Amino acid sequence: MSETKTPLIRLAKRAEMSKGRIYLIRICSIIIALILGCLPMVLTGTNPFAAYSVIIQGSLSRPVYLKQTIRTAIPLLGCAIAIAPCFKMRFWNIGAEGQITMGAVFSTYFALFYADKIPHAPLLIIMFLSGALAGALWALIPAFFKAKWNTNETLFTLMMNYIAIGIVAWLQGGPWEGRKGSQLIPMFSDNARLPMVLGVNCGWIIALVLVVFLYIYMNKTKQGYEIAVIGDSVNTARYAGMNVGWIMMRTMLISGAISGIVGTIIVSGANFTLYKGVANGVGFTSITVAWLSQLNSFAMIAISMILAVLEKGANTLQTRMQVPASIADIITGILLFCMLSSEFFINYKLIFRHKDKKEAMA
Amino acid sequence: MENKCAIEMRNITKRFGQVVANDSINLKLYRGEILALLGENGSGKTTLMNMLSGIYQPDAGEIFKDEEQIYIHSPREAYEYGIGMIHQHYKLIEVFSATQNIILGLNDGKMDLSAAEKKVKEICDRYGFEIDPSKKVYDMSVSQKQTIEIVKMLYRGADILILDEPTAVLTPQETNKLFKVLKNMKMDGKAIVIITHKLHEVMDVSDKVAVLRKGQYIGTVNTSETNPQALTDMMVGHAVSLNIDRPKYAEPKKKLIVEGLTCIDAEGIKKLDSVSFCAYTGEILGVAGISGSGQKELLEAMTGLYPVKEGSIRFINDSGSEVELVGLTPKRIRATGVGMAFVPEDRLGMGLVGSMGMTGNMMLRSWKNGRGALLKKKEPEELANRVWKDLDVVTPGVNYPVRRLSGGNVQKVLVGREIASQPEVLLTAYAVRGLDINTSYTIYNLLTEQKMNGVAVVYVGEDLDVLLELADRILVLCGGQVAGVVDARNTTKEEVGLMMTQFNTSGGAHE
Repeated sequence: MSETKTPLIRLAKRAEMSKGRIYLIRICSIIIALILGCLPMVLTGTNPFAAYSVIIQGSLSRPVYLKQTIRTAIPLLGCAIAIAPCFKMRFWNIGAEGQITMGAVFSTYFALFYADKIPHAPLLIIMFLSGALAGALWALIPAFFKAKWNTNETLFTLMMNYIAIGIVAWLQGGPWEGRKGSQLIPMFSDNARLPMVLGVNCGWIIALVLVVFLYIYMNKTKQGYEIAVIGDSVNTARYAGMNVGWIMMRTMLISGAISGIVGTIIVSGANFTLYKGVANGVGFTSITVAWLSQLNSFAMIAISMILAVLEKGANTLQTRMQVPASIADIITGILLFCMLSSEFFINYKLIFRHKDKKEAMA
Repeated sequence: MENKCAIEMRNITKRFGQVVANDSINLKLYRGEILALLGENGSGKTTLMNMLSGIYQPDAGEIFKDEEQIYIHSPREAYEYGIGMIHQHYKLIEVFSATQNIILGLNDGKMDLSAAEKKVKEICDRYGFEIDPSKKVYDMSVSQKQTIEIVKMLYRGADILILDEPTAVLTPQETNKLFKVLKNMKMDGKAIVIITHKLHEVMDVSDKVAVLRKGQYIGTVNTSETNPQALTDMMVGHAVSLNIDRPKYAEPKKKLIVEGLTCIDAEGIKKLDSVSFCAYTGEILGVAGISGSGQKELLEAMTGLYPVKEGSIRFINDSGSEVELVGLTPKRIRATGVGMAFVPEDRLGMGLVGSMGMTGNMMLRSWKNGRGALLKKKEPEELANRVWKDLDVVTPGVNYPVRRLSGGNVQKVLVGREIASQPEVLLTAYAVRGLDINTSYTIYNLLTEQKMNGVAVVYVGEDLDVLLELADRILVLCGGQVAGVVDARNTTKEEVGLMMTQFNTSGGAHE
């Protein structure tokens, strides 16, 4: 009959795998990613082993490096926590970048104009609250339109990023400009800077608190349950009597508020000023963190640290071995690719043609 | 003049896993003829035709075109043999014009739009289609989209056309227009198959009728020598005894009154047209009808999930007072204390959360319970364990994702949860679809047990044999209207079958 027409490779769904094998596949995928990551290094004439060891040394070997790495990891972790509930709901919020920026703008307002009027602690609290409020409102807009008119949230949240960045550009060159013609907003006074704890700004404590908060929120609360049901099937949620539009708006409010807090941490804990690139791609990189950790908040700590090690280490790589720091982005990309494809192999198996025939004969 | 045989299918068999969709079927298509392929849902009509259009390959059997054996491995090869199929769901690109859609996927080296447009016009004039070749698809009605699909096939030189339930989405006027062009194409010597389960259309348009029933080929008759009654008999077959236990409840009372219920979908098509009926306690009210006659909308309207245009749905409390349900959301209906349970047709897409285990799914009804923001997991977990044991659900544990369970076990979880809510009204849609015999009987017994507890059960089903033995009364829907309500103990399969296809002369006089 039609044997010649059987495709060379077919896909079939796999039965459930054991937990151990799933983790084995995931670890293998990370190893494969690191091996594939050697390729661009070899192409640029670098010894991959030397490069990897420089990356590790440059990010972890000394306390001062480690602190810098952690400082890089804090916003990634915080922002991954922010977007996790949205992604669980299958609401593709890629607007964290803008929500961070708006949070930073509101905090900066108080840092610039009230630093000499309000004492340290209340000022910081006001900055955090205003940052959270700004991020929440910025996130609410696309959620409202999605709930009301079913607009596409991916495009909407993405476009909101550029508006937020545009606002900062305007502030930088206009009303908040420090020295005329500098296009820069003045540095924050010490009164508006986050205190240091163990040598790193106290943002890390906030991030760890958020990790625990997210875990409880997603797994133990009624609202977390609602989010999970909507993510599985909107129809089921409606059948169960959930108000899907309202839940979407509420979830985005929470997500935006956390992003806004991350914005506050960035301006008052790391940069001490506001500029156009304040979010610096964190809103996008954190999507990688959230996916790689499968929306598990504790896994996010590890993943955000790995990405921060790559980023910090790559900077050292650039200064020591003249290898472009963007090598870190390439490796991150390969890592994401490998981990996502490992999910594919966990769910599907490949059947080759000749093997297929044997099965048919058996 | 004797018409020439275009396609012959011999002993075609197709299996999907354990299910035999087509069992050794023989079929002949002649040029210059319209063949109606008739059968109930799941009788294997579409599967059979999909093997002609290259979507499936038969497990056994042979296909001949013009007396020469052919193998069709893909839709593209089907085109090459001049076979074109118009599916129920159109595959058009909204932002393209009619002509662009028609030439899409053709690979003849160059793309000459104006020449193509001319050819499209020619085809349209020849058979009497009315389309504007440069109009964009998003501006078109459903019937115009269908026309494009047909012209697309003709443009590719198809002389054997298969239409899968072409009238399901059309108004009567559009249907007449379609039939006119079909007849024109027939005159031109094309072989045409229409898949349908509407008897009056079969009588209107076809020359021959081939009937399938549960994957079996029943026979082919000339339309001029048959009548709707004879076709119904071929389609539904003789009643099969299933021995479902059907006790009688002592004193049925009115529980739910539906009056003049009318629903309109997003496209403005009437899905329900002044539907009125009552449901009684201690009774299983069967709902029969060809799929898409409004069963889904009826149940969803009753549960507050489908918008109601007009009419009322009243629930009668034990004290005799009435609660109007129209206009309430599912949440509000629950809040008013109306004990309504619903087993929807789409089990994993509507009734359950596939990624969660039994516990998570039991919670779907009770997650709001208790004060505070935290979930109360204890009760749902106990319930999950109870359902697991009582209904013999095969699962490794109560936290194992239900999506990974077999269809029968998924349904047990869903029915178990709904019954556990101790409803006064239990609505079920296709409760045994896809289940094996044993599980089906488990479900029948559960429903009968509920009935004997005084619950008003509404059972939407597709298997008439089951409806006749399980239900006390049967409400027959046809095209969104009530074709009649019959006493299930004193009716016949033929009678219900005729009402489903609206060839009832006596109306619903059996109440």
